[in-house]
Amino acid sequence: MSNPAAGKTSDGEDPHNLGHDDDVPISEQGPAPKRIVVAYGFWIFLLSDFILFSGFFAGYAVLSGATAGGPSGRELFELPLVAVETALLLVSSFTCGLAGIALTVRNMRWFQSTMAATFVLGAGFLALEAYEFTHLIGEGAGPGRSAFLSAFFALVGCHGLHVLLGLVWLTTMMAQVGAKGFRDDIERRVQCFALFWHALDIIWVAVFTMVYLLGSGT
Amino acid sequence: MNPDVAPQTSFLFGKLGWNAIPFDEPLPMVASGVVATAILGVLIWTWRRGYFPYLWREWITSVDHKRIGVMYCLLAGLMLLRGFSDAIMMRSQQAIAYANNGYLPSDHYDQIFSAHGTIMIFFVAMTFMIGLMNFVVPLQLGVRDVAFPTLNSVSFWLTASGALLINVSLVVGEFAKTGWVVYPPLSELRFSPGVGVDYYLWAIQISGVGTLLSGVNLVTTILKMRAPGMGYTRMPMFCWTALASNLLIVAAFPILTTTLAMLTLDRYLGFHFFTNELGGNAMMFVNLIWAWGHPEVYILILPAFGVFSEVVSTFSGKPLFGYRSMILATMAICILSFMVWLHHFFTMGAGADVNGFFGVTTMIIAVPTGVKVFNWLFTMYGGRIRFTTPMLWSVGFMVTFVIGGMTGVLLAVPPADFVLHNSVFLVAHFHNVIIGGVLFGAFAGLTYWWPKAFGFQLDEKWGKRAFWLWITGFYVAFMPLYVLGLMGMTRRLQRYDVPEWQPWLLVAAVGVVLIAGGIASQIAQIVVSIRNRKQLADVTGDPWDGRTLEWITTSPPPAFNFAVLPDVEGEEAYWNVKSLARERQRLSELPDYADIEMPKNSPTGVVCAFFATAMGFALIWHIWWLVALGFVGAWATFVIFAWRDDPEYEIHARDLEAHDRERRQAKAKLLGLREGDVA
Repeated sequence: MSNPAAGKTSDGEDPHNLGHDDDVPISEQGPAPKRIVVAYGFWIFLLSDFILFSGFFAGYAVLSGATAGGPSGRELFELPLVAVETALLLVSSFTCGLAGIALTVRNMRWFQSTMAATFVLGAGFLALEAYEFTHLIGEGAGPGRSAFLSAFFALVGCHGLHVLLGLVWLTTMMAQVGAKGFRDDIERRVQCFALFWHALDIIWVAVFTMVYLLGSGT
Repeated sequence: MNPDVAPQTSFLFGKLGWNAIPFDEPLPMVASGVVATAILGVLIWTWRRGYFPYLWREWITSVDHKRIGVMYCLLAGLMLLRGFSDAIMMRSQQAIAYANNGYLPSDHYDQIFSAHGTIMIFFVAMTFMIGLMNFVVPLQLGVRDVAFPTLNSVSFWLTASGALLINVSLVVGEFAKTGWVVYPPLSELRFSPGVGVDYYLWAIQISGVGTLLSGVNLVTTILKMRAPGMGYTRMPMFCWTALASNLLIVAAFPILTTTLAMLTLDRYLGFHFFTNELGGNAMMFVNLIWAWGHPEVYILILPAFGVFSEVVSTFSGKPLFGYRSMILATMAICILSFMVWLHHFFTMGAGADVNGFFGVTTMIIAVPTGVKVFNWLFTMYGGRIRFTTPMLWSVGFMVTFVIGGMTGVLLAVPPADFVLHNSVFLVAHFHNVIIGGVLFGAFAGLTYWWPKAFGFQLDEKWGKRAFWLWITGFYVAFMPLYVLGLMGMTRRLQRYDVPEWQPWLLVAAVGVVLIAGGIASQIAQIVVSIRNRKQLADVTGDPWDGRTLEWITTSPPPAFNFAVLPDVEGEEAYWNVKSLARERQRLSELPDYADIEMPKNSPTGVVCAFFATAMGFALIWHIWWLVALGFVGAWATFVIFAWRDDPEYEIHARDLEAHDRERRQAKAKLLGLREGDVA
């Protein structure tokens, strides 16, 4: 109700010539502008993605004690390595935020360089995770060792897979902005990508706490 | 064929070899031969008549929510035939398999009941409901399309892709022999080494992505894309139930994805989520799959409740009784559906307190459902009821569903469930609610909205025959199963040695014959109606004296649905418009027409699904190069789609005006207004 322009298109026209009064509730102002519809839809998708992760979290919670005589988190996790991973991912969210600002002010050089920085940081995160995984498997602590390790690899690996897909998406967006410039629809896609990338941070904070911090403590 | 022997794997074909095709089993070979011939015949006919370019342009690549909705329903109808032939085989097998092996070996019988459940839930009930929601929701909301039209096409084709994979398993390889919810440890590699479970996993994962995206799409559409004035408490009931159903899709389907991904990891990469060894926990699978599975039941039934609400209100000539209590009941069911999952396995041994809790929540969920039933009854009370086919399905539903609901409440009592668990009493119960609820709702919706979709009504005589055959067939087929369940017959039996069971199973088989008559009548109904489409034509766009916005536009609606988005001023938007026009003896003022933009059709969906099918097939058979190719292909399809410069086309105001003039003339004639008042 506070924003009477919400039901109108971004260029301020009244698309249906309705001449509604300003005191019409937002829910009755007609279809929302595309920018809002796209972001809203993507949020709904992200929520479903969180639920996907919650399934893996639940699995991990159930199976975290099922080490089947094998190593537990306390013997396996190397917190310094995970701290570096966390730092890389959080900084990549910062550079991704910078890219969002560059997008708003239409600065191509800043956009491409901050997106590239995001890519490098994300790839660094993945490289460390890959190192951790191969290291564990080399020690005989692969996902087939115990139900605990299955749950660990699936949860952390699912996040890693998301980061990998995020990198594919990021590269595609860099190419698209480079080729086509800051078009409205491309801008909406970059905004969705940014939401996705930040969401992966939220997931990682939960992984870091529940898996690594709690796991190496007990 | 013996799929249990691990075949040699090669780089080019993975595990796939000639031994995957069951040459020595006549039944699947003949069945698939007939189906293949039919498909080939249809393709040749289409090609000879030169329809392919039209089909490609106007349907396969269409991003129009109405056409996608129709294609969903068509897919569901075809899959109903497949799922029903499984049912015929099961009922006939059990009718004769007293103290002998019948005609279906257990190996085959197990695949049949697994495929029957999977197909009926995912590709009939689910697909039909999504089809109806796709078609109806944007029209009822008074908008031109869903929030993401191209994504909608992707969703549909991914669903079709899953359906295709399941049907391929009939000829190439085998299907799961584990039941439709593939419980481990039976579904683990050690006990199910063949490709059957893999077919299940990848078909459901691929179509599951489609379902999830469709849920995201419809939630966004309902919450962000409504005609001016269409506030939340002015939305038709069907939109509310569609909202609840799609919220459940968004909240529940990821759990299914996770659960099946865990089983996939167990089977493909040697993980130990649900195995018997190294700490695996099979009961976690059962918990997880029902945390999806119970909401899934409400994903199916809620849109059906919406259909009945529309139908009962229209044919009683009254507004829906207790509109707001209906919204509350819908949303209460939406939330409660996540709090009852454990009643699917009281026998797990979680203890009396846990079982008691879930027993009580299960009984509580019957309360809002009861509110709904009374609301429908009170809507009918005092109304001028027209007993058309959709209304018959609705009344049949009310009687049948209440019986199914009561046996459900009985099963919610844990001690009773310990006796009835896994018996055919349970089978009777869920068929009672799914056939009597979801399927009757689908048929009511089909008859109710058919004239809107195609511009002519369905033949009432054949429709009524179909209804009576279906409902008697249902009772004859499933009431004996309640008795058998109480006699101790467990589900999924390929043979039995209790002579007292056989008479009841013979009665049940007769019921299936009656249902077959019902399905035949439905096919006859469609054929006869197409032949008589001139006489059955709906020229007014409002054949039932409807109350919601889909009836304000023409039948079939133009691609843009509405020349100008309707301005909604209360509940029952179209009824208000009609009443006002009757009162004033003229239509509303001519609106100002403006140019609009509509999304162009795109082959993204079908091409993407092509690659997804290839990828799914490759994953099932371990053809790793094709997996990579499928993934890259699907990604490239999206990039090419995203690279388009001109995704929309314009429709000019004068074309909209011309269309609207005709529509207004038809409405004026319908309301008995003079022609001069129209323009």
